[in-house]
Amino acid sequence: MLRKLALSGFAAAVLCASGVASAQEPVKIGFITTLSTPAGYIGEDERDGFMLAVKQDGGKLGGVPVDVLIEDDGLKPGSGKQSAEKMLQSGVRLFTGINFSNVLVAVAPSVVKDGGFYVSLNAGASNFAGKACNPNFFSVAMQNDSYSDTAAMAANQLGVKKMVLIAPAYQAGRDALHGFKSAYKGEILAEIYTKLDQSDFSVELARIRSLHPDGIFEFLPGGAGINFAKQFANSGLNKTIKMVTPLYSMDDRMLAATGQAGQGYYLSTQWTASQDNAASKQFVAAFEKAYNRRPTVYAATSYDTARLIGSALKAVNGDLKGKPDQFRAALRKADFESVRGNFKFGPNQYPIQDWYLVQVEPNAEGKLDYKPLNVIVKNHGDPYASLCKMDK
Amino acid sequence: MYMLVEQAMNGLQYSALLFLLSAGLTLIFGIMNVVNLAHGSFYMVGAFCAAMAVAATGSFTVAILAAVVGAGLYGLIVERLVISRLYHREHLDHVLATLGVLLFTNALVTMVFGRSPPFVAIPPMFSGSVPILPGLNYPIMRLAFIGAGVLVALGMWFLISKTKVGMLVRAGADDSETVEALGVNIRRLFMLVFALGALLCGFAGVMAAPLLAVEIGMGEKVLITTFVVIVVGGVGSVRGALLGSLLVGITDTIGRAYIPIWMSHLLPPQYSDSVSSSLVSASIYILMAIVLLVKPRGLIPAQR
Repeated sequence: MLRKLALSGFAAAVLCASGVASAQEPVKIGFITTLSTPAGYIGEDERDGFMLAVKQDGGKLGGVPVDVLIEDDGLKPGSGKQSAEKMLQSGVRLFTGINFSNVLVAVAPSVVKDGGFYVSLNAGASNFAGKACNPNFFSVAMQNDSYSDTAAMAANQLGVKKMVLIAPAYQAGRDALHGFKSAYKGEILAEIYTKLDQSDFSVELARIRSLHPDGIFEFLPGGAGINFAKQFANSGLNKTIKMVTPLYSMDDRMLAATGQAGQGYYLSTQWTASQDNAASKQFVAAFEKAYNRRPTVYAATSYDTARLIGSALKAVNGDLKGKPDQFRAALRKADFESVRGNFKFGPNQYPIQDWYLVQVEPNAEGKLDYKPLNVIVKNHGDPYASLCKMDK
Repeated sequence: MYMLVEQAMNGLQYSALLFLLSAGLTLIFGIMNVVNLAHGSFYMVGAFCAAMAVAATGSFTVAILAAVVGAGLYGLIVERLVISRLYHREHLDHVLATLGVLLFTNALVTMVFGRSPPFVAIPPMFSGSVPILPGLNYPIMRLAFIGAGVLVALGMWFLISKTKVGMLVRAGADDSETVEALGVNIRRLFMLVFALGALLCGFAGVMAAPLLAVEIGMGEKVLITTFVVIVVGGVGSVRGALLGSLLVGITDTIGRAYIPIWMSHLLPPQYSDSVSSSLVSASIYILMAIVLLVKPRGLIPAQR
């Protein structure tokens, strides 16, 4: 009798537990990104890449139901922080989404201060990579230095001896030039800083013409980069000067908006849609089917972020609040198939990954596309990792 | 030497863009006494209309027509629906309402054309470069831009000083109440001036489209500089707008070209970059401050 009771009690407990599991409260994920302003297309791609992973898993990540709360930061650090604090108060413990480093720097400290997790799908500010690294901060796309120091390595490999560097006069622009200079071995003829809202570059192009460089490194994302590419081609300088620059200065949308002007650009990147691995092929096909357009590198790193979060949610069965240490340990393992292929975290929880050189050339259909050339560097980390001492 | 000539041409080309934008704005401000923050929106509308026309027909002539008609019509609609209700309100109301129009237009263009910036190729007749001095080639598109600026300046001079409408415009800029008291339909004149301003913006939009990114918010970037131009030139006068455009365009260009070079000789590198980039950004405002010290109402203000 006693045994029977114990058995039925056990059965009830099992039933109860499975009942809890099936009606599990979804894990809330705060997804703050830039959806308005001209840069809104970047946020759209990031959102769509992330939601594709959720859709493929039937509204779950790693088998755990998730509720993704999407908000627009309008590229303003203040409004990003406001959204995050509102979500923190309503109990959200896991955040991602932010594209721009200046917004990230405002938001991430509030999140990790209260024991929340921030997993960055694009912005990789140096702030959290060195001394101020944090056990609850992860960066999945890159550390910001990497796109420019790999471009410098590519310039070295291409034998470009004399370069002019050009970037807008603000923090990310200076960081990009700093990253480039740290790895470039040739001669830098001039560093040109442009105004942040500048749309005409005739003055800078005239100066470049007078300097006779072999190559240009530019960090001008978005509209400024489109303007620069069109005017660079129109000036005829593109016939004699090599452009060696990050893919972020000539992403898919910019390529479409510049006609033939981007032809011949050498670009450093951690991923393109022609990446040769099963995870990437599956991702590109699914993305094209779902949204009728080709995914950008922004969508790819967002998809990776979603799957990384999935792998860690699975390890704690969705109990983010009860088992934060196990959740963190699972994130660190990076136990997911990255569309980039080779991927792991360094000691500062920023990526160690391969970087590739591609060139903008006409594809089989005659349209300009990224043509893979070679691997620039394997297992590339960042220079701040050695300064990071994790306390957990 | 060649660099100085090339930079001077760049300055002229920038001045031409500023003149196309400020000629209308100065009249709207001077005659109608309306602070119009939505002026840059017509520039954007013109550029997007041009991009759509080029995509559909491939002809730059059609693009010019589409931009001018599209921006002019949109200007008319905005004037009828919004601006015409503001004439007797205060400047703060103008700022609020036209800022609203600006935000609305950005959202409207996003909905109609999407967020991806469309591509406008340089028309074949303007592509490539020609030698302007032996050994110095200059892009034809930029020369065409300067030519367009000169043509519009001549056209405006003819319109303002040789026609009856122009006479009313000048009279309106001097004293609109008296003009109204003389039995002129001032409301219709306002509407005309506003549509003309929008139309010129549309023309600037189509000329800029092959050189610049056609994107949401492209108008806001130049709006502040356009206001600097009309303050320097004197509110309400097209001649002032022309002089202001030239001064501001050349100052900005020469500043961007030479301040970094001078500073790198004067200061050690760790300071020269930040000092020169601040000075470059400030150059046109320094110009404005000097002009306002000497001539508080601008260089060639409308009489009042």
